[in-house]
Amino acid sequence: MTGYSINLGREHHVFADLKAVMAAATPEKSGDRLAGIAAETNERRVAARYVLADVPLKTFLEEPLVPYEIDEVTRLIIDTHDAAAFAPVSHMTVGQFRDFLLSHDADTSTLSALAPGLTPEMVAAVSKIMRNHDLIAVAAKTRVVTAFRTTIGLPGRLSSRLQPNHPTDDPEGIAGSTLDGLLYGIGDAVIGINPASDNLDTCVKLMVLLDRLRQRFDIPMQSCVLTHVTTSIKAIEKGAPLDLVFQSIAGTEAANRGFGVDLKLLNEGREAGLSLKRGTVGDNVMYLETGQGSALSADAHHGVDEQTLEARAYGVARSLKPLLLNTVVGFIGPEYLYDAKQIIRAGLEDHFCGKLLGVPMGVDVCYTNHAEADQDDMDSLMFLLAMAGVNFLIAVPGADDVMLNYQSLSYHDIVSLRGITGRPPAPEFDGWLRRMGLTDTHGQLATPGQIGAKARALLDYRASA
Amino acid sequence: MTDAIDLDPFARFRKVTRARIGLRRAGDALPTRAVLDFQLAHARARDAVHGHVDFAGLAARLQPLPVLRLASRARDRSTYLARPDLGRRVAEADLAALPPPSGCDVAFVIADGLSAAAIERQAEPVLRAALRRLGDLVIGPVILGEQARVAFGDEAGAAVGARVVVVLIGERPGLSVPDSLGVYITYDPRVGRRDSERNCISNCHADGLSAEAAADKIAWLVRAALERGLTGVELKDETTTAPVLAAPASE
Repeated sequence: MTGYSINLGREHHVFADLKAVMAAATPEKSGDRLAGIAAETNERRVAARYVLADVPLKTFLEEPLVPYEIDEVTRLIIDTHDAAAFAPVSHMTVGQFRDFLLSHDADTSTLSALAPGLTPEMVAAVSKIMRNHDLIAVAAKTRVVTAFRTTIGLPGRLSSRLQPNHPTDDPEGIAGSTLDGLLYGIGDAVIGINPASDNLDTCVKLMVLLDRLRQRFDIPMQSCVLTHVTTSIKAIEKGAPLDLVFQSIAGTEAANRGFGVDLKLLNEGREAGLSLKRGTVGDNVMYLETGQGSALSADAHHGVDEQTLEARAYGVARSLKPLLLNTVVGFIGPEYLYDAKQIIRAGLEDHFCGKLLGVPMGVDVCYTNHAEADQDDMDSLMFLLAMAGVNFLIAVPGADDVMLNYQSLSYHDIVSLRGITGRPPAPEFDGWLRRMGLTDTHGQLATPGQIGAKARALLDYRASA
Repeated sequence: MTDAIDLDPFARFRKVTRARIGLRRAGDALPTRAVLDFQLAHARARDAVHGHVDFAGLAARLQPLPVLRLASRARDRSTYLARPDLGRRVAEADLAALPPPSGCDVAFVIADGLSAAAIERQAEPVLRAALRRLGDLVIGPVILGEQARVAFGDEAGAAVGARVVVVLIGERPGLSVPDSLGVYITYDPRVGRRDSERNCISNCHADGLSAEAAADKIAWLVRAALERGLTGVELKDETTTAPVLAAPASE
């Protein structure tokens, strides 16, 4: 089939191909406008959704949006597709698939078994005809559990990345932000530093800093210095105490090339991480970041909308069995997601698509100062994601990242979310917080006056010691 | 354990980081003062992004230097934010009205970018300090670019026949610094130049790189560019100064 069209009253809407239907059906995004592929009118957007709802899921296996011949991500998606897992939904259209996902038949175990049978394009397609409610309701039924020294994604838990960035990678400055976060029970997903410098020696110093802290206080945690995968491989060769191998990834071969990676290199990074055997309760050794707009930013989008390309990045991710993946949803800027409405929508789409594909999704609930958004909007998104069962959220001191110059959630926000939704941290880390006297038997944070000797030792820790 | 540590256990870290640590709690939430401090910083950053540079006033202050005012193809701030492609081009009408290029060694562009506050506070001192160091060169008109991104300088610089263009532009504001200026230097400017073909000096502001220090770097890079016939990754900044905070964030 090459033609996609529909009559709506007097209007006849024609779409050139499947990717044009997908792009036009997408909720308004500035990035799709910038790419010149967004629906020109509101009616046309809904027309595309009617058309999309009638597209059989099988079509996405037969009509790749990015050609198989020129893109290794498409080849990965098609070649690793699990036909047996797909069988239960293989007769459905996109619209029928939405209704199925929302049905009570689609429970947690059904969705887990289905994941290898779904492609990123199928998942992106169904998300385009789902309201925010639907994205939350279905995601809340999914479960993706991973482990390294803590177990992340267990039902009823909410994990967090502690992000102690510093503009000059000053070890004492990073220690200050880290200790502050630990007092709030943050860091059970990872303590992850974005280094200001990609310099190998600097990165290794930061790895040593966090590993010494871990050993000194016997913290069940993993750390990560978010540097390029090639730098992590070199650090491993130098014998650095590296827990997780990080990389930013995208949904096309060309966009990944813009990040200086391909599938082969990503797998080499994973193998290098696995070779260290540092995990105690699991061996998920990768930490990945993604974000809508990254392929367009690299001029590597092939006319495909930014949300579908983001889902394709999760197709790359699941082959790497990561411990963590988060979308940096509001970070890439207003040319891709203009305002809070677009950021919130994208955050829910990303979380839904990743979870349905079997990826351990977290979200950096965030915005830049040139986006139309503020902390009230982040409050809304973090509560929606908690309802949706997000595996982890990122937190920085006072919501202000002084290195990357953007705003995320604060340590306080995580504590509050955990209290309101009754979701404690990962069990291993939760036990440590209690042993340290940082939380009481109800999991509530100790007040400064109640802090005991063990926690005081934490406060006295010196990076240089 | 001293009382001082109990009062503020994070005091020892405050001289090495601007991170908002040790904020204490109201229940599980941020205390009132911390919430308002954050809102003030965000308000200043937003005002910097959406503020208007008084280009007429700037042009008057720069006299007797020759000044050209050019607009980008982004007609307003919301278009500018959503359409970076338009902010990179000079408005067709403004281009058409220009005389034929007269040629010069170096042309300076002052572009609003993402911080009006950066232009109001840093652009003129940096420009004057740089001009003092480049007096022996043929300097083109100072181009004031409205709703302009870094690559605007490629088309504007080509329009005046500059061998090197130096773009002074407002960087994306952070909460701690809303008025940081970035400087981008491009040899043989023309439409389509890649970012890897430029040299960048970032973080020019009161707590970062001073105007004089920035001008030292500009002068060195401009002379090196003219001598070697290139800018970008092939041209490493060999001037020595103290490490500068944070990465460039103009684009």
